[in-house]
Amino acid sequence: MQDYQLDYLSELEAESVHIFREIAAQFEKPALLFSGGKDSITLVHLARKAFAPDRIPFPLVHIDTGHNFPEALEFRDALAKEVGATLIVRKVEDTIRQRKLTEPKGKFASRNWLQTYTLLDTIEEFGFDACIGGARRDEEKARAKERIFSVRDEFGQWNPKLQRPELWNIFNGRIHKGENVRVFPISNWTELDIWNYIRAENIALPSIYFAHEREVVDHEGQWVAVSEFVRLDPGDLVTRKKVRYRTVGDMTCTAAVESTASNLDEVITEIQATRISERGETRIDDKVTEAAMEDRKKNGYF
Amino acid sequence: MNILRFITAGSVDDGKSTLIGRLLYDSKSILTDQLEQLEKQSKNRNDAGIDLALLTDGLRAEREQGITIDVAYRYFSTPKRKFIIADAPGHVQYTRNMITGASNAELIIILIDARQGVVEQTRRHSIIASLLRIPHVVVAINKMDLMDFSQDVFNNIVIDYSAVANQLGLHHVSYFPISALQGDNIVDPSANMPWYEGPPLLQYLEDLPLQTDHNHELPRFQVQFVIRPQTPELHDYRGYAGRIASGIYRQGEEVTVLPSGLKSRIRSIEIGGKPVEEAFAPQSVVIQLEDDLDISRGDILVTGAVLPEVTTESEVLLCWMDEKPLQPGNKYILQHQSRQVRAMVRNLHSRVDVNTLQEVALDGPVSLNEIVKARIKTAAPLAVDRYASLRHNGAAILVDETSNNTVAALLFT
Repeated sequence: MQDYQLDYLSELEAESVHIFREIAAQFEKPALLFSGGKDSITLVHLARKAFAPDRIPFPLVHIDTGHNFPEALEFRDALAKEVGATLIVRKVEDTIRQRKLTEPKGKFASRNWLQTYTLLDTIEEFGFDACIGGARRDEEKARAKERIFSVRDEFGQWNPKLQRPELWNIFNGRIHKGENVRVFPISNWTELDIWNYIRAENIALPSIYFAHEREVVDHEGQWVAVSEFVRLDPGDLVTRKKVRYRTVGDMTCTAAVESTASNLDEVITEIQATRISERGETRIDDKVTEAAMEDRKKNGYF
Repeated sequence: MNILRFITAGSVDDGKSTLIGRLLYDSKSILTDQLEQLEKQSKNRNDAGIDLALLTDGLRAEREQGITIDVAYRYFSTPKRKFIIADAPGHVQYTRNMITGASNAELIIILIDARQGVVEQTRRHSIIASLLRIPHVVVAINKMDLMDFSQDVFNNIVIDYSAVANQLGLHHVSYFPISALQGDNIVDPSANMPWYEGPPLLQYLEDLPLQTDHNHELPRFQVQFVIRPQTPELHDYRGYAGRIASGIYRQGEEVTVLPSGLKSRIRSIEIGGKPVEEAFAPQSVVIQLEDDLDISRGDILVTGAVLPEVTTESEVLLCWMDEKPLQPGNKYILQHQSRQVRAMVRNLHSRVDVNTLQEVALDGPVSLNEIVKARIKTAAPLAVDRYASLRHNGAAILVDETSNNTVAALLFT
């Protein structure tokens, strides 16, 4: 008998679809920030469902650090083609050259922080008034406090002390000229929700999410892939390991996890058993200070 | 597996953060690296051991000042249910944040310090629970360890709180004697309180039936967005996208469009591009009608005999949320779900004392965190229900069109 109760994944989906439709209705030029990772792939899937049978009514925007996994880039291009969306790619490298920025130095020189410049330039270039991101509140402490519709000033800055109350399912996206809104449709999803949804909906992912052999080097207990972007020092021991990625960011700041999980069932089993958080296990850049994410967000980061 | 959204109300001193920390910790939602970070921060503060409360303070200002400023959302799951906690600050100056957190909650956990019993703050949180019609109330009587796990202490607080609950019309109230710090009656029954025969708190949260919380009697669906692909193969497709606020919609049913009053029939219902015969709250759907009517964002499709009131003047309970006081002559944007109309606050009747629930005469401007009874006039008609009968179709916000801030929450009465 039908008991008119929604399963948790269906309820999360319904909420995200509702948010996507508010974006399309309230803004003139939204864009979906696409990183190539599982969260933004899930966003694209939800956006398709929100506007079916029509196409997604906004472009996918990728802020390319130049340090991406080739598998993720291939996947990005194929997905944009499949969904019939415009793909806009802007490169951090170009921003560094045009704005005469200083390339970060060091062993795992990460352009992650510099993405903010490219992002803000891209927002201005196209006049985007809403940028849709795949951030989740379970990821990190500062994100736990951010609204679903997060208003940014003309410098892209988040002011955590002056957030609009967000009541019931009512979203206030009104902004002044020059401001923009970052919208996070999967705010209420956890990492495990995303994986379970990917399995339930049979969503395709880049191959690096599953176990494969790769040359890696140890960095303070984390395995970082050997690539042209990572400087090898004498004494670095390069080993070949069977790994998978739990998040897909830059090759310089994303660590791999030792794993034999070759399909979604096995990946989910491993994630359920792990005692380390997603960002803690895989992101080198979050550990710098206790408030690293809060600071970056205040400066216009995603 | 379904979702339970709840809010925790209380101040730092009541052990609210410790309780949340405990739920996350005992459900294994706190992972090793987060625990290490916690240990590091606890050491930074010269505290002994791990301070579970530190887990829930997100912003640097909060950690520095040892206070909670804003609502934070926390997540944990058990094999039975996914939980979303709105962790809201409890002091009177944060009533705005508490209402924000309470607006989507199906349950509220009100913390009472066993040493203090029912205090003014307990009353205020209960009043907000009653005004916002949170269906379930959990009274967690905390720090039982400091009162020798005494059954008499517990029973006396239950008697005191029952009087408050009766006065406020809170019907579904459950009581738990706990120690958040030591974990008594959180996940497992407490060996220290063999006299308590009820379930531990987490078990109650897992097993609480929720299907009665969604109204399936009064169908309400507001159009968010009109899907018109205008491609050769979908040339005549015109789908009304939105989220069902309440009730069940079925293919073939007659619908009335409000505020116009036009009628048609449901030709199809789709979810994610796939046709379904029926759909229910809170699903997001696309509805196509038999007739080509003039319907746009903000219009409401209803079925059945009991329709919302179509009106340009409404009595409301208004909670003011802006630093600048309410300006009675000013025009605001009223947003009812997705529908935006210009509005003005026509009459201010009285102020509701959030500590006593008594109505008192207005003596000055309506400022931040104050709740008043008022009459609202809108430039175009709204199709609204009473908040007490239908939460989502009975609520709205006011937006200041010069600052674009959300300045008030409205409950239609």
